[in-house]
Amino acid sequence: MATASDFPPRAQAAMAAVASRPASHQRLGEAFWTGLAGLFTLLALIPLLLVIGYVLYRGASRLDFEAFVSLPPMPLAEGGGFANALVGTVVMVAIGAAVSVPFGILAAIYLSEFSSGAVARWIRFATNVLSGVPSILMGVFIYGIFVVTTRSFSAIAGGFALAVLMLPILVRTTDESLQIVPVSLRWAALGMGASKLQTVVRVVLPAALPAIATGITLAVARAAGETAPLIFTALFSQYWARGLWEPTASLSVLIYNFAAVPYAGQRSLAWAASLILVLTVLLASILARWVTRK
Amino acid sequence: MVLSPGETDFPEIPPRPPVSLWLDRSFVWATRLFAFGVVGVLVYIAIVVGLDAQPAMERYGLAFLTTSAWNPVNDTYGALPMIYGTLVSSLIALLLAVPIGVGTAVFLSENFLPPTPRLVLNFMVELLAAIPSVVYGLWGIYVLIPFLKPIGAWLHSHWGWIPLFSTQYLGPGLFPAGIILTVMILPLITAISRDSLVSLPPTLRQAALGLGATRWTAIFRVLIPAAFSGIVGGTMLALGRAMGETMAVTMVIGNSNVLSPSLLAPANTIASLLANQFAEARDLQISALMYAGLVLFGLTLIVNVLAEWIVSRVKYY
Amino acid sequence: MQEPTRSDLPSPAQVSWPILSTENLSIYYGDFLALRDVTMAIPERKITALIGPSGCGKSTLLRCFNRLNDLIDGFRIQGQVFYYKQDLYGETVDAVQVRRRIGMVFQQPNPFPKSIYDNIAFGARALGLQVDLDELVERSLRQAVLWDEVKDKLKTNGLELSGGQQQRLCIARAISIKPDVILMDEPCASLDPISTLKIEELLRDLAQEYTIVTVTHNMQQASRIADFTAFFNAQADEKGKRSGYLVEYGTTDQIFQDPQEEATRRYVSGQFG
Repeated sequence: MATASDFPPRAQAAMAAVASRPASHQRLGEAFWTGLAGLFTLLALIPLLLVIGYVLYRGASRLDFEAFVSLPPMPLAEGGGFANALVGTVVMVAIGAAVSVPFGILAAIYLSEFSSGAVARWIRFATNVLSGVPSILMGVFIYGIFVVTTRSFSAIAGGFALAVLMLPILVRTTDESLQIVPVSLRWAALGMGASKLQTVVRVVLPAALPAIATGITLAVARAAGETAPLIFTALFSQYWARGLWEPTASLSVLIYNFAAVPYAGQRSLAWAASLILVLTVLLASILARWVTRK
Repeated sequence: MVLSPGETDFPEIPPRPPVSLWLDRSFVWATRLFAFGVVGVLVYIAIVVGLDAQPAMERYGLAFLTTSAWNPVNDTYGALPMIYGTLVSSLIALLLAVPIGVGTAVFLSENFLPPTPRLVLNFMVELLAAIPSVVYGLWGIYVLIPFLKPIGAWLHSHWGWIPLFSTQYLGPGLFPAGIILTVMILPLITAISRDSLVSLPPTLRQAALGLGATRWTAIFRVLIPAAFSGIVGGTMLALGRAMGETMAVTMVIGNSNVLSPSLLAPANTIASLLANQFAEARDLQISALMYAGLVLFGLTLIVNVLAEWIVSRVKYY
Repeated sequence: MQEPTRSDLPSPAQVSWPILSTENLSIYYGDFLALRDVTMAIPERKITALIGPSGCGKSTLLRCFNRLNDLIDGFRIQGQVFYYKQDLYGETVDAVQVRRRIGMVFQQPNPFPKSIYDNIAFGARALGLQVDLDELVERSLRQAVLWDEVKDKLKTNGLELSGGQQQRLCIARAISIKPDVILMDEPCASLDPISTLKIEELLRDLAQEYTIVTVTHNMQQASRIADFTAFFNAQADEKGKRSGYLVEYGTTDQIFQDPQEEATRRYVSGQFG
């Protein structure tokens, strides 16, 4: 076998060129940009850790049993809780989901199963545009059609505002979930004489169910943390609402209202409520990740 | 079963039971109804806000956009300070978030890190988007505003002759609002930029590296230009999000309806104005707020339509 | 309109009846002519193989027989397709009903992501058949020669079976609703040789009771299992678009031993492109 020194000089020079390290300024440049990109990544993620850490630090101490069972404290009082706000959030998110989940799933079924071409493209486009409409305008919209006509802020109005907010998210995630169901499954069902309804309900939806459930979870978590659509649809209340047509408290509006007050009792409750919301979205995101990875 | 039909008696396909046919058709129609319903909701929002804004539009006309008095007591309304606040706070956020977001996207789409840490960091970026706005606001009041105080003071004392820094740092204002918006739109820019970088054909990178380009030459000269429209689309979406973002901004911007060019002074955005005044508004004030909402709707609509258009073109590329 | 008769069948099949037949059938996707002017009749309870190079329209024709092409945008036909003497594309005929009589097995095994039991029971449930499901599942699986392998794990997901088992599951699913015809689109294309052999034996058994039309790329397979064979070829028009057409149709022996057309001879002897 030939050793390196057997080769002619031009080959030797070529070998040396290949084996040489790049010029030092080039290596420095590469390292600089890599370092900068890494720094930016760090910079982007620091707020996440700071926010979660600080909310945990301020909120955990006040997250006691009383917080879950009592009404919000009066300005100078100590203690108290956000029981009515917690129930209010749950009720309004439930109303929002009850309206938007069937709406969104049926719309997505049309997009992915029964339409094609320009119609589907335009509806998807409108869905994306709707998801870009600021959430406060969802509140303005519901104020215009509910609060003005019923002359009262209410859980129903708040729930519908959240429904408008969740709708485009649900349409998009369900549409995507249905599209990844293999076409061959639809052909198999249709090929043995199943109707469109049977094919969708018995084969396509079950196959897409985990992904759809993930989308619903994320939409619910998003709605639970939303404030802007609620501040002038559901408003807030220090007390238990006596029905769905009354002003209703929610965790997020409680945080907003108690954030900058000079009363320590109310402020600490705002942190505790923040912790609940942060834990909810963390849990939902982790759950969603876990389900989609399986 | 042996089949020996006479010439006339062959099996036939029976007609479909009418119930089954009817169910199928109503199902398809129901889904179609709801799909168009989504479009309907979008249109309905525009109609409701537009109609309710009508009285204010008739009374103030376009002067609403260029005057800066907001006085419910004697019913004079001008939205210029809020429009200024909306645009400036969003621009600050874009200016900071685009380089950081694109840098993060490059870092997380290339193999600088092993796959598992990369996955974890990507997940953390997603979480950043999931934290509720109102929690960012609370954090902004108690952590961010005090933290920015020395920076604001320094900016004023050294650059105070520039109108942008011409006032004392009082705490709430455009500056902290811009920073908090940066944090909130970063995940969007990062996610869309990363997606467009990842979806580039691998041959592109191989071609660049095959010509002897270094990794960063390939990134700057080939990959980022190829993913450019995706990055622009993501940036536009982020701009729309920043203009409409309400709670976090409301809590740190100071809610002053007086027009001041300074980033360090309290200011307001359209969304914050709505959040602050809607619940207690009466009569013409409601209409004026609806008018402001319509302006916001128009602004975000234009930005979002452009963004969607750009992003949808990326997919076909 | 000309109705099919016995005399349309390839000569040795005239003891049987043509269960499926086409009359000057041309198939279009939009402007594209996929298959041109096919007239052929398929005898009941025999295995008929459709062979030919890719793009010759044989799968397109197959999907025409149970109107699965209806799902494709721009699809339309000229000419007629008959089920016995009924026009399959007649105004009163519903595609869903057609597919209950004329089942299909696809190239890639496509079990539903459900249990083996639910896969088989799907058809009966969807069609609202009043039958004993346990018995139906057992009978279908036995007919598909899969029963012994899966009888202890009927609740496991169909996707956990091997490829060959999945394909037999799909065949069992297709026969569970007792169709008259089973259309098969290259049922062995994605399987290993041993699974292929099992499916071929199964098809011979099923031909006692069902009419089978199968598309295949594999000429040995056609010669092993088919009673009749139709050879399709593709021809480019002046714009370079390739359309399929029927070259020759007869008993498998005739097509393989004594083809009348030069193109057929070259294809079956492996000299084709």
